[in-house]
Amino acid sequence: MTSDVATRRLARAQPAWLERLRHRPLWLGALGLAALAVIAVAGVTLGGVAIAPADTLAILGHRLLGWPVAVTWPASAETIVLELRLPRVLMAAGVGAALSLAGVTLQGLLRNPLADPYVLGTASGAALGAAVALLVPVQFALLGFGLMHLLAFAGALGAVTVVYRVSRLGGLSSLTSVLLTGYAVGSLLAAGLAITMYLSGQNLRQIFFYLLGSFSLASWPQVAVGLPIILLGSVVLLTRARALNALLLGEETAAHLGLDVRRERLVMLAAASLVTAAAVAMAGLIGFVGLVVPHLVRLVAGPNARSLLPLSAIWGAAFLVLADLVARAPTELPVGVITGVIGAPFFLYVLRRYRGGYEL
Amino acid sequence: MSGVALELRSLTLDYGARRALDDVSARLEPGTLAALLGPNGAGKSTLLRAVSGAGAGSAARRSGMVLIDGVPLEEYDRAELARRVAVVPGQTRVAFPLRVEELVALGRVPHEHPLLGPRAADRAAVDAAIERVGIAELRGRDVRELSLGERQLAVLAMAVAQGPRLLLLDEPTVHLDLRHQVAVMELLRDLAARDGVTVLAVLHDVSLASHFFGRLLLLDRGRLVADGAPSEVLTPERIRAVYGVDPALVAIAG
Repeated sequence: MTSDVATRRLARAQPAWLERLRHRPLWLGALGLAALAVIAVAGVTLGGVAIAPADTLAILGHRLLGWPVAVTWPASAETIVLELRLPRVLMAAGVGAALSLAGVTLQGLLRNPLADPYVLGTASGAALGAAVALLVPVQFALLGFGLMHLLAFAGALGAVTVVYRVSRLGGLSSLTSVLLTGYAVGSLLAAGLAITMYLSGQNLRQIFFYLLGSFSLASWPQVAVGLPIILLGSVVLLTRARALNALLLGEETAAHLGLDVRRERLVMLAAASLVTAAAVAMAGLIGFVGLVVPHLVRLVAGPNARSLLPLSAIWGAAFLVLADLVARAPTELPVGVITGVIGAPFFLYVLRRYRGGYEL
Repeated sequence: MSGVALELRSLTLDYGARRALDDVSARLEPGTLAALLGPNGAGKSTLLRAVSGAGAGSAARRSGMVLIDGVPLEEYDRAELARRVAVVPGQTRVAFPLRVEELVALGRVPHEHPLLGPRAADRAAVDAAIERVGIAELRGRDVRELSLGERQLAVLAMAVAQGPRLLLLDEPTVHLDLRHQVAVMELLRDLAARDGVTVLAVLHDVSLASHFFGRLLLLDRGRLVADGAPSEVLTPERIRAVYGVDPALVAIAG
């Protein structure tokens, strides 16, 4: 138990405007959607080949919404906007939402503000599964793609289940034991990934790309498979708000509040693994999104999962599209580098503040 | 519905070779204010757990029955049980910053719409619970800022917001000063008298229990050794036998 003096120091007075926002989650949602729209348009507009924002909007409006505008742009511009940048932006948004939702869920389930698909090894499990799928000599495009998602899901679920079980040996999953277990499992999976790289031959580049995390290979076929999976898992996670709220005070209290803890745990772990797997299969290992975004949203909107879940999804999408924009601004950097540079120090900051949790 | 809010029939609980509860039988009528007494390790919290249905752990073997409003515990749907039974645990940890009003609102989880969330009635119940426990001035505060006693009151308000028929408490006064102890006791008495809530509270303070509670259940090594009014239960011989102390040290209200 920390002393009252220490805990009092943690609680700082919030400025009045922040306080007002806390009671208006709809505003925060609308603000997030507006930010996402602006960032997404920027993401489609900006890039190595300069295309005027007016042309970009006209292309999008003409092709997607059927606006009656005269075609004044070169065909190459249309290809770049529709075939390269648009799927890339959609993919980044989907992955950002998926990782943020998975982060909120894992944090609530483990009651640990540092839980995140990357930290817990869930993403590494998915990456290993996806890499193994590349080694399997099945060349049917469609079947191969299905196999990749299936193995990524199995890997993610396996990793998160092991971390969950082992860190709870003795009944209580402390912050430290969760992080150490996640680290150990993550290391084991990284070794597995190294072995698949060694065995991979001409697929080496693709696996290497998984390790870095990038949207540079975004394409419509990938988006067409990945986004529906993310959408499905997200719907399941968004309906877990009540369960996540009940879990705020631990599993025993959650049971007293009428929750079937065992069933909820199963549903949440499966859905979180599913969205993580789809995200990793599309873009590889992108770290800390599920940690940074929910933490910031919680800071503004509070811990109520009814607003925390949808707001994290929206802001997570906006965050990752922006991070990708930054990543490809100078030259094609993997976006995982950007989120790592932001996320790792953030992780240390949260670790410092939240070492013990709080007793009631 | 029968006239018995809580009935234990030969409840026995084994953890491996250790018998935690041994053939415990008791009946509590609606509106009863009952305290569960006994030395450390007598099985008080175990009994509370067995009644709350939160599971005694997979290592335990149970025999006998727990009936709530005449219906066996096992036959309740979890959510339905949560609308009838609220539990104030001895200790709770929270992993995230949480405000007092947000904590109290968690008591409405079993009542609110699973998808649409809390309705006007839920918000009204939260306000009423905060008012009743007397923590209105704390409602916007972060629970981390509170003293241990204030936290205890906030958790109690959460249980009140749950609107239970049966309220189980594990040492609800442990961190409270004298004034707050009396306030909590009076609140429990009021809930029992005015709302007909049946209260079963684990208490360490024998004199506090005998002063405020009309019914005492005394546990010793898993057995219910006495059950009745304070003057019947707390005889000098029994205090010496169960607690191993001189009964003169325990002030008992007439």
